[in-house]
Formats: sequence, C-alpha cells, structure tokens
Amino acid sequence: MPNFLEKLFSSFGKKNDSARRPSDPDATVPLPDLSLIARPPDSQVTKISEAPRRLILGIAQDVGKVRSHNEDVLLVFTGELDGLEPMPHFGLFIVADGMGGHSLGERASGIAARTAGRIVMEKILPSLLADPQADTERPSLKEVMENAMESANMAVFTSVPEGGTTLTCALMIGEQIILSHVGDSRAYLISPDTFEQVTRDHSLVQRLQELGQLSAAEAAVHPQRSVLYRAVGQGENLEVDVISRRLPPGTMLLLCSDGLWGLVPDPRIQEIVHQSPSPQAACEALVAAANAAGGPDNITAVMVQLPKT
Amino acid sequence: MFDTHKITKAMSSSGQTQAESSLQPGANLQNRYLIQGVLGVGGMGSVYKARDMHFPNVTKLVAVKEILNLASDPGMREIIVKTFEREANILATLNHPAIPKIYDYFTQGDHSFLVQEYIEGKDLEAHLNEATGMLDEDLVTEWAIQLCDVLSYLHNHQPEPIVFRDMKPSNVMLDNHSHIRLIDFGIARGFTAGQKGTMIGTEGYSPPEQYRGEAGPPGDLYALGATLHHLLTKQDPRLEPPFSFSERPVRKTNPAVSVELEAVINTALNYNPTERFPSAQSMKEALANMRRVKTGILITQKLDQTLPTTLTTPAPTETTSLSTAGSEVKPIWVFRFEDEVRGSPLVANGVVYAGVYDNNLYAVNALDGKLLWKYATDGGLPGSPAINQDIVFIGSEDKRLHAVSAKSGRVQWTYYTEGPIRASPRVAEGHVFIGSDDVYLHAVNIVSGRRAWRAQAVAAVRCRPAVSNNLIYFGCESGEFYCLDFSGEQKWRFKAKRALTSSPLLFNGNIYVGSVDNMVYALEATSGWAVWKFRTNKPVISSPAVEPKLNLVFVGSADNMLYAIDIRNGREVWHFETDGQVTSSPAVNKGVVYVGSVDQCLYAIDIASGKLRWKFRSEGPITSSPAIANDIVYVGSNDHHLYALTA
Repeated sequence: MPNFLEKLFSSFGKKNDSARRPSDPDATVPLPDLSLIARPPDSQVTKISEAPRRLILGIAQDVGKVRSHNEDVLLVFTGELDGLEPMPHFGLFIVADGMGGHSLGERASGIAARTAGRIVMEKILPSLLADPQADTERPSLKEVMENAMESANMAVFTSVPEGGTTLTCALMIGEQIILSHVGDSRAYLISPDTFEQVTRDHSLVQRLQELGQLSAAEAAVHPQRSVLYRAVGQGENLEVDVISRRLPPGTMLLLCSDGLWGLVPDPRIQEIVHQSPSPQAACEALVAAANAAGGPDNITAVMVQLPKT
Repeated sequence: MFDTHKITKAMSSSGQTQAESSLQPGANLQNRYLIQGVLGVGGMGSVYKARDMHFPNVTKLVAVKEILNLASDPGMREIIVKTFEREANILATLNHPAIPKIYDYFTQGDHSFLVQEYIEGKDLEAHLNEATGMLDEDLVTEWAIQLCDVLSYLHNHQPEPIVFRDMKPSNVMLDNHSHIRLIDFGIARGFTAGQKGTMIGTEGYSPPEQYRGEAGPPGDLYALGATLHHLLTKQDPRLEPPFSFSERPVRKTNPAVSVELEAVINTALNYNPTERFPSAQSMKEALANMRRVKTGILITQKLDQTLPTTLTTPAPTETTSLSTAGSEVKPIWVFRFEDEVRGSPLVANGVVYAGVYDNNLYAVNALDGKLLWKYATDGGLPGSPAINQDIVFIGSEDKRLHAVSAKSGRVQWTYYTEGPIRASPRVAEGHVFIGSDDVYLHAVNIVSGRRAWRAQAVAAVRCRPAVSNNLIYFGCESGEFYCLDFSGEQKWRFKAKRALTSSPLLFNGNIYVGSVDNMVYALEATSGWAVWKFRTNKPVISSPAVEPKLNLVFVGSADNMLYAIDIRNGREVWHFETDGQVTSSPAVNKGVVYVGSVDQCLYAIDIASGKLRWKFRSEGPITSSPAIANDIVYVGSNDHHLYALTA
C-alpha cells in the first residue's frame, strides 16, 4: 500500500520536525495568583527544547480598576501524553463570574468552577489514561459536561444560596471541543479569517436583540445590560447550553468574562488576537485593553490553540 | 414548586443594599398612624399595617407605604418629593372598586408616606403558590375580566392615561369578597436607584418595549397576558427566558385551558404593541365573549367584531399534517425485479445500479428505466453497490465480493470471504473495504482482487465502513465499533450496547452512527470519545445523513420517526412520524430529505421545518434507501419495484 507508507513516513518526518521546535512561548510566563491552576508538572519545565508538541495556552486575569474583589475564577487543566500510542491533547478550561454582594459572588464562582472541574476530571481522566486497546465504558462528553454543570449548580445552590455565577466550561480532546455554558461569560473561536461567538449570553438584552427589539449598539449601553435570566445556583433545575465544535490547528478558542467583552468590542478583540505573537501575549493585551477602557469589572481571559501538525 | 422568593431576594440583594424596615411596631406617625407590623419589604421601602388613631373608638386599619428618598442632591430630593405628591394627588382622585382608596400622604425627612385602604386578603401569587393543582380557567377568566376593567378605567383617565406599569400576580390582591384589587401603584417607580453589577432575574412580566423606555397602555396588556400565563401554567416568567411565552403556549403545560383563552393570552403577549388588543376594553370584551361562547349562553355576537384575526383563525400547530398532494406523485418510470430491493441503489454516469434479493445486480438507464445489463451471483444481494471508475462492486450472500464492469456487466474478479456478505463496500486508496458475516472486515486490492489484510471484529460486519484520509471506521453486530489505520492496525474502539448495523457517517471530525440499542452516537473520530448520544425509542438501523449548512444529522428509527438532530449539541430539532419503522437511510438533496418507511411510503420532508413536501406510496415496505441524481429520486421497494421520482 504505497499511499499508506507515504503517509506513515511523512508523519514520521513531522514528528522529527516538531522535536526540534523551541518550547512554547507561554511556558515561561508566570501564572496569575488569582486563578486556580493545575497543570501537569512537565508543562512548567521551561528549558527543555525537545518538548513535545503540546497545546499552546494563554491566561490572564485582573481585578480591574474599580473593584476591590475578584469574583472571576479561571480554572485550567491540560494534559499531554506522547509516545507510541499518544493521547489526544487534553484540556479543560473554565471561566466563572460570580455575582451577589458580600463576597457571595467570589464564593459562588469558586465553588462552581471547582465542582465542575472535579466532575469532569473524575469522569474523563480514567478513560483518557486507560489502555487504548481495552474496552472501557465511557460516558458521552455531553453527559459529562451536563453532569458537571448540574453538580456545580447544586453545590452553589446549597452552599451559597444568595449568590450566583456564570459558568462556561470547555473540554478539549484533540480537535474536539465541547462547551457547556450558562450566563454571560463567552467563548469565541478565532481564526485568521473567522471570528465567531460560540456561546449565547443568557441576558435580557441578548433576548431583546434576538427578538429585534434592541440593536447591538443599544444593547451595549443599555442600563440593564448586566441582567441575566439564567445563572448557576438559582434553583434545583438548570438549563444548560452544550455546544460541540472542532478546533483545527490555527484556530484559537477564547473564553472570557464580561469584564473583557463588555469593554472591548469584538472587532478590537479580533485585532488584538491577530496582532499578538502568542495566546499569552493576546490574553495580556486583552486584559490591558479592558483596563484601558476603564476596567470597571473583573477581567478574565483564557486562550488555547492546538500546535500545528 | 417554583421558588419565586429566591429570585426576588437575589434581585434585591445584588448590587444595592436592601432597605431595612425603619419603623417598629408601636411607632406613631403624624401622631395619628400607630404602626402594628410590616406587610411587605421592597427595594424602596416597606409597607406597614397601621391603625388610624383618629378613630379611637373603632379599629380602623390602614396600609402605610413608605418610600425612601435615596437622592443625595438636594435639588433632586425636592423634585422627587414633588413628583411623589403630584402622583399621590392623582391617585387620590381615582374612583374604582379595584383601586384602594388613598387617605393621606406626607413626607418626613427622607421618607415619604402614602396612607391607603387596608385590604384584607391574599395576593394572586400567594393563591397560586398555595394551589395544589392548576387554577381553574373560569376563575382566572373572571379575574382577567376584572383586571381589564380596572386597566380600562386607568387608561381612559383624563387628561392623561394612567399606566399601571407593574401588573403581576403579587400586585393583585383578592379581597375577602373575591374582588380583585390592584396594589402597589407605580408611584415610586420614577426614582429607582441606578443598578450596579450583574443581576440575576428579570421582571418577567414587562413588555419588550419597556426596555426601550416606552410605557403605554399596551404594555399593561402585555403584562396582564404574562400574569394570566403564569396563573394558568404555574411557570414563573422570572425564572424563564424573558419574552419566551410564545415558545411555551399555555395549553402545552395546561391542556385543560381552552383554545379560546390561550388565543386571548397570545394576542395580549404579541411583541409588537400594535398587534395586541387595541384597548383593555376590547380585551375585556374578548374574554367576556369567549366565556359566553364557551358556556353556550350567547353565541350570537360574532367573535371577530372585537378580536384581532389571530384569535378567530388560530394558526395550525401540528407539524405532521399530511399533504393531500401525496397521492398525486407519479413515477417517471418503474422497473420491475424478481424480488425485493433492500439496499440503496447507486446512480453513476446516467446508470442506476441496484442489488436485488433475486441474486442479480441490475444496471438500468437512469433516464428511461431501460435495462442495460444484469449480473447474476449465487446469493441474495442485501447491500448496496459501490463504483470506482468503471468497476462496480457488490457483496453477495454467496460469500463473495464481486467486481463487475460498469459498462458490460462482465465479472472482473470475485473475492471470497468465509461467510455471507450482507454489508456494502467502500472504495478508498486503491482498495475495497467490505465487512462479512465471517466476522472480518476485508481490505481487497481493487485491481487484483486479492486481500491486503483483514481485521477481526467480534461479530458479523454488516455496515458500510466510513473512510477518512487515513482511517477506517466500522461497527459490528455485537456493538463494537472500530477505528483502524490503513494497515489494519486498531487505533481505538468503542462499544455500543447492541448491534451497529447502521453505516457510520464521517463529517467534520465526528462519526455519526445508529445502534440497535436505540441510540444515535456522535463519536470523536480521532479518539473514539462519544461527544453525545441521542436516544430514540426503538433500534436504529438507518444510516445517518448530514446537512452541513443547518448542522443537522438525519436518521430513521424503528420507532417510526425520522429525526433531525443538531450535530452541535445532540438535541432534536424536529421529528417526522411515519406509520411504520424507518430502517431506510435518509438522503439529502436541495433542502429536502428523502426517506422510506415500512408503511410503504417514500417521504420528501422539508429540511428546515420538518414538514412533509410530498409522499409516494409503493406496494410494499420501503427499507431501501433512496439515491438522488439530477433531481431524480431512485428508490427500491419490497414490492419488487425500483421507482424513479421527480425530486
């Protein structure tokens, strides 16, 4: 089968190429204190030039210029396994933006992110690290994500009943992305030629726009633009948006809180991302842009990209 | 139970501090009103129950509403007090049985007070929360008529209409004589403090135009419609997406409600104010007429005198209404075989190739249905052919894969497996991939007809494999699903609970496949992770088809349905019900999806709406899958015929 052999050799060639690539630029960046970060130890090793091709991550978070509290939470896990039977690139990215006075918001967002993260890792990791030849019972990714959201909802509802939070989770297995989402934090897919908001805000003004009752420009300055009709922790039942998408190499996934997108318009986000040399630089520039626009709210951005094959 | 208190708390506690009740029982206002307790606490102040001491010999109770003046600017404070006094004066002149009487008002420092009639009773929200079942339609209609009456009174106020602006169950009291009383007039609404930070929960009852700063009489009608919707469905609109009433018609939750009342509510809830009732009076008349018509007392007055057209001609909501044009579809041509056609025909270069249970592979002219050739095998042909350049491939129950010249029908080579072949071949990368009941997937060289390799499954392989640029995907009858590379090496496997007879479809990095375990699976093609599962009610033998623009995957099920599923979230977008099992695989062409059913019909269904375009009835069950070329649909039937129909 000559075609197959060609493919085989060409993929060997690529592997060798990649081994000579310098380490990813984000590896040297200090991690923000305010985020919950758990990454495999190898990703924090900065000086190994033969690092395997791994996903490229950027994260930035800031309390903003006005608030004293940070109610945003950012949770990131990534996993890589290289070798004879490599594991697909694995990533879990969670952004939660809490609300409710008296530190209720930061507690709600923290509990939601930790609970959702724990459930996803509990359900995904054993299968991810199982013998690839073995038969393992695996839940569907959609079920895992819905389960994580439901658990997060119950956890917030029982421990911080007066608080609430947005919760946007992105699970990445290879090029497969599955998002679960409630509230008005956002996920964008950004490539050189496309810019797409993947999540839908569960906000009053978004609904009014969908009904043709408000224009985007009116919504951006509407006095009630921060009113949500759906959030985590408001009752025992929660309707969750689950969205499955592909993330081909070269396309970036951006998750952010409204402290970013509410201050930096979409075209400007797109521009900053395209002008930035790396996802990390892009995240930092985006946070800086939100602060430059007044920084009235907490700002969180996480951006991920698959390595070029 | 819906916890409505929760969300109101969340609304008032976020962003701004909750107003504390400033007066304790025993406090005396104006040396006249002796506070006895708190009736309610709102964002702007509290409402107290008080005794009017000007009537020392009798107990005259009053409600004292407190409004906090939160403005810090002295000029602003004065404007607020003036506004309050002007509105109090207007309210004091109102004279309607549903409007509480205003007795007095005064301002002390940064507190303004309104003294009004004390109403013994409960508000409608409390009534609703205490009701064990649904509220009675006639009771709600009676309340609605009374509410229309008071709204009509307010809207006809001279010189300017009074807009209530906050119609909702908790602002409507039912007194001890079962009369409706409107409480909480919007006297304080002019000075709501600016909001800060993200808030959860919307007003729920307010009309869309209110968010553009418009408040007029039609807005009160919308809020009344929302109130009635809440009362009849027990769905609190503050806990639902805003303005989602049209997606949740009353009768969907509470089928006991009449079509007529639902139509009145829908009219009141139109987004566009001009499409609602022209006045509260006309809404009241619609309700009163509806009640008369329903009870049969008076049917003489025509409904359409008072009602907008939406009420008299309710839009059809059934999605499965069958077109009467169905029987008029005439085939372009019909070709008769000697046995059933179960596989999908293949159309290529103006020729239809079909494998038939009479052991023959037929080649028929696609335009006129004339036989070109037939090729006999030694067994039935349950599968579908594949073509590569000028060779047609088909598996037979005679255990062989046959390679036949597309032009002449002459055999090129045959390849033996060790069991009957009930699967369909896939041609890729110079090889034919085909499963067999011998439990193997075979990779056969396209030129020589020799085996390159075979890969063992657990049970018979009856699907048509899917092939990407370097991987092969197939399932088997025990539910195992395999991903192999081109050397036959396994990359991953997945297990369904029952057989995978359905042929996998590869689209945009995901595999879609149905199973006899009733599920449709979306599998990530490089890792085998199930992205989502979609549950039908019976086995899925049908193979999926995709519509990329609308992100839909279509698949039939033995539960008689054709499903359209959103590939992005695994949710049903629509389903179409036939009168028999749908084991046929759907085919998509120009906005229409075609599928056969055991009920003997071929259906053409609009992709976007899920509504029937047309149907064609054959003389036998259609388990064969349609094939489409040049806007002609070719489908075989168990009535032994192959039909060519205009798409």
